[in-house]
Amino acid sequence: MGSEDVKLFNFHASPFGQRVIWALKLKGVDYECIEEDIFNKSNLLLELNPVHKKVPVLVHRNKPIAESLVILEYIDETWKQYPLMPQNPYQRAHARFWANFAEQKLLVAARIARLSSGEEQGKAVNEAREAMEKIEEEIKGKKFFGGDKIGYLDIVIGWISYWIPVWEEVASMKILDPLKFPAINAWITNFLSHPTINDTLPQRDKMVVYYHSRRKEVSPS
Amino acid sequence: MTKSEVKLLGAWPSPFVMRARIALNIKSVSYEFLEETFQPKSQLLLDSNPVYKKVPVLINQDKPICESLIIVQYVDDVWSSGPSILPSEPYDRAIARFWATYLDDKWYPTLRSVRGAKGEDERKKLIKEVGEGLTLLEDALNKISRGKDFFGGDQIGYLDIAFGCFLGWLRVTESLTGVKLLDQVKTPCLAKWAERFCAHGAVKDVMPQTEKLVEFAKMLMAKMAASTPN
Repeated sequence: MGSEDVKLFNFHASPFGQRVIWALKLKGVDYECIEEDIFNKSNLLLELNPVHKKVPVLVHRNKPIAESLVILEYIDETWKQYPLMPQNPYQRAHARFWANFAEQKLLVAARIARLSSGEEQGKAVNEAREAMEKIEEEIKGKKFFGGDKIGYLDIVIGWISYWIPVWEEVASMKILDPLKFPAINAWITNFLSHPTINDTLPQRDKMVVYYHSRRKEVSPS
Repeated sequence: MTKSEVKLLGAWPSPFVMRARIALNIKSVSYEFLEETFQPKSQLLLDSNPVYKKVPVLINQDKPICESLIIVQYVDDVWSSGPSILPSEPYDRAIARFWATYLDDKWYPTLRSVRGAKGEDERKKLIKEVGEGLTLLEDALNKISRGKDFFGGDQIGYLDIAFGCFLGWLRVTESLTGVKLLDQVKTPCLAKWAERFCAHGAVKDVMPQTEKLVEFAKMLMAKMAASTPN
């Protein structure tokens, strides 16, 4: 492997890996994608990410970087074209704050909702909706979280545009009500109509199969 | 910048508040420290951090910045003429951010849950996990410091701040459980690093004394026991 070569260890259905793909594509960075079977992880992956043993892992100049949000900032700092983070320090702090919020409050709840049922699912759906309400306020009046262009926060939250509908289908629940979240829905339309974003989306039917199998593992009914 | 333009809303026992204070100290920023009242939460806290209602909150020219690691990066960005907090190379920055995330998402929550462990078996399991984390961090320190005093090299940096702020509560847990967690035999480099960190000029005045923290922890535990129904 040439020292400037970029490799991404990923799993097709990973919303975390998708962030990295979007960032690399927007910047026009060539990379090789290595699909990991997460039910049978390669020894190489375990060597590259011994702490978490997870995808995505970016390898650049023979050095591995793990954790999607960490990878995003690395990509933005290494390849200067198409800047993802805002230039202004306060706006950067703002973007990181909402990225963190979406991870801690929305993603965690949505994940529980897609794996659970009954009361537990109901509680998780409510938490996800509450988080969504705050994100709705953030996107109001803006085309993208980044302003006129897709930026860091759009990429971090972008999974909701494509993964949440799949999770809703698999788990028979509803988080993203278009009547309750018109601004988010408008943003989703803008986001998904960007060719770079759209062209790299994983196959939906494969995702549905995968998430069904995850749900069955936890609640076999 | 006049003193009142920079305010930090915080609480003396909080390791997260300490991160912000150390960062401001490194940059020699004059700021007003406002000790949060908590019961009830002050209007300033509710207004400046409506999402989480937690400290620390940095207020710079009336703009609030929340979440300790975000505050540290913001301070590094704004006061760019002072000593750098984050490393200069993107890869080194990524490694520092990786370990800071690990500390906040995995290691510290495990440490915290030791105090509330139900039964000796659970406590032992959690203590073992804390120890395993420290072994990983010992390894990381060796790789990252390249023989120098701190994760940041000759000077304390982002990862020193992210990790070092937890030393007080680590010692509290050692005191309450009677188990030595930061062991000079198992993690000799970390043990030396911890001493150097706590003695550092930007840290020593904002690191609470372990005895005071133990008292505070006991008070919190008593309050929780009193409010928990039997």
